[in-house]
Amino acid sequence: MVQLNTKIGSLELKNPVMTASGTFGYGTEYADFMDISRLGAIIVKGTTLNPRQGNPYPRMAETPSGMLNAVGLQNKGVDYFVDHIYPEIKKIQTNIIVNVSGSCIDDYVQTASIINTLDDIPAIELNISCPNVKQGGMAFGVKPESAAQVVSAVRKAYDKTLIVKLSPNVTDITEIARAVEAAGADSVSLINTMLGMAIDAEKRKPILSTITGGMSGPAVKPVALRMVWQTAKAVKIPVIGLGGICSATDAVEFLLAGASAIQIGTANFIDPSISEKVIDGIEAYLQRHGFNSVKEIIGALETN
Amino acid sequence: MAVVDNVMVGPCATLLTLQYPDTLPDMIAGQFAELQVPSAKVLLRRPISIHAINRDKNLIEFLIQIVGEGTESLSALKAGNSINVLLPLGNGFNYRSTHVSRPLLIGGGVGVAPLLFLGQEFAEHGIRPIFLFGGRNESLILRKEEFMKYGDLFMTTEDGSAGEKGFVTNHSLLFESEQFDRIYACGPTPMLKAVARWAKEHETACEVSLEHRMACGIGACLCCVEDTADQGNVCVCKEGPVFTIDRLKWFN
Repeated sequence: MVQLNTKIGSLELKNPVMTASGTFGYGTEYADFMDISRLGAIIVKGTTLNPRQGNPYPRMAETPSGMLNAVGLQNKGVDYFVDHIYPEIKKIQTNIIVNVSGSCIDDYVQTASIINTLDDIPAIELNISCPNVKQGGMAFGVKPESAAQVVSAVRKAYDKTLIVKLSPNVTDITEIARAVEAAGADSVSLINTMLGMAIDAEKRKPILSTITGGMSGPAVKPVALRMVWQTAKAVKIPVIGLGGICSATDAVEFLLAGASAIQIGTANFIDPSISEKVIDGIEAYLQRHGFNSVKEIIGALETN
Repeated sequence: MAVVDNVMVGPCATLLTLQYPDTLPDMIAGQFAELQVPSAKVLLRRPISIHAINRDKNLIEFLIQIVGEGTESLSALKAGNSINVLLPLGNGFNYRSTHVSRPLLIGGGVGVAPLLFLGQEFAEHGIRPIFLFGGRNESLILRKEEFMKYGDLFMTTEDGSAGEKGFVTNHSLLFESEQFDRIYACGPTPMLKAVARWAKEHETACEVSLEHRMACGIGACLCCVEDTADQGNVCVCKEGPVFTIDRLKWFN
């Protein structure tokens, strides 16, 4: 019997498999396809202080081994979440983590303080890396100073596990990771989507209503893996790896690169029960290689 | 699901028949399926409406227009192959709890697909619907004989090769005294908007099935949204694909 449990700061996970924000709704959308309580955690979709309609259609373009999205944080706002969604999802027997986004520091702080009062939400993931909104989002996450500013402001208002989701659209992601670690983050998750673009040559027009969008899926995995490996060496706090994970083997690669847990994103759209298969596959990998615990393979990459 | 048959039924359309492994679940015409594409190059599933069903043999048919790599590889499936399918998804047309006696089913191009299933459903309840289909030319109006089993078929073509020349909204059927009590439409958005405008002007109940670009098909990714009067942006995959025209913000 191998041990799959792992930890992100003080947050205990029954296994290292989480579902990525914006790809798994509020979890309940997937309940017909799998036992969602088996997950290590469910990160629910980006929540903002005020309701947001998101960007106009079209919001999606398929790319070779990937996709671009330009959803733009469509959600009904934190009050609606507290009143209508939280009562439904708090019963799910796993960690429910809320992804928090905002247009200015005060938005992030207010939203985080409201989520802080919810007993059954043990952590938030601070989204300073959304490429699809005009204000806030990625703007905070591309400079160490502004990233640190928003994290330390939220840290004062939020006393549970604080995960910060990082943007890959930077020159040196380890710089940002170190800055948010110093500002009080308990963990970093990476990568959010990579800024990309798609054009319809026949119409001579962009495919997305926002022209540019965030790229995800298997095509970004090598970049994500590299960034996770670099970041895990640069910070002491646990790293959560994501970007194109579609199988247990992909997940194991991220764990070997130094991730303490992983998230599954775009793959949920192709196989809605993929995360359950990844949990089973990680267990099989550990057994096959004679490990007793998943912790033994975290950062266990042999480089010489 | 196992592929039973896959045959070309037009210049760029294939009819894919799948064997459901069990008794068919309850399905409503207008609902769709997400078909996994049997190609390593294509990542996302393809949303395809349910074209027809056979409850005795547990068969499901999909009428697929070949437009790119995904549908191309679906068209290459052979009998005996298997394919992963999620179904039924979304909300179909309203005909079970809505009283309809004179339905008009309008289709454009491959948008005729869900209307065969709808025609089957009406026929089972003793109602013979009127089909009004439009296409660029005769060869692009698919499966005419099948539709004629369940109802009367009228056509418009842009080149006049079948039926009346022009668009569906110009067809003389719409200007006769005969009244329809509900219109069900599926096809390209400009056609749907023209149909919706006609229905509004003639105070006829109308619902349209939208074909937005989708990823997940289950309301999680929020990619396929349509702006509605009552709830703002909603997922076409989960709230739709069928919408009554009063919910859409097409007229302002």
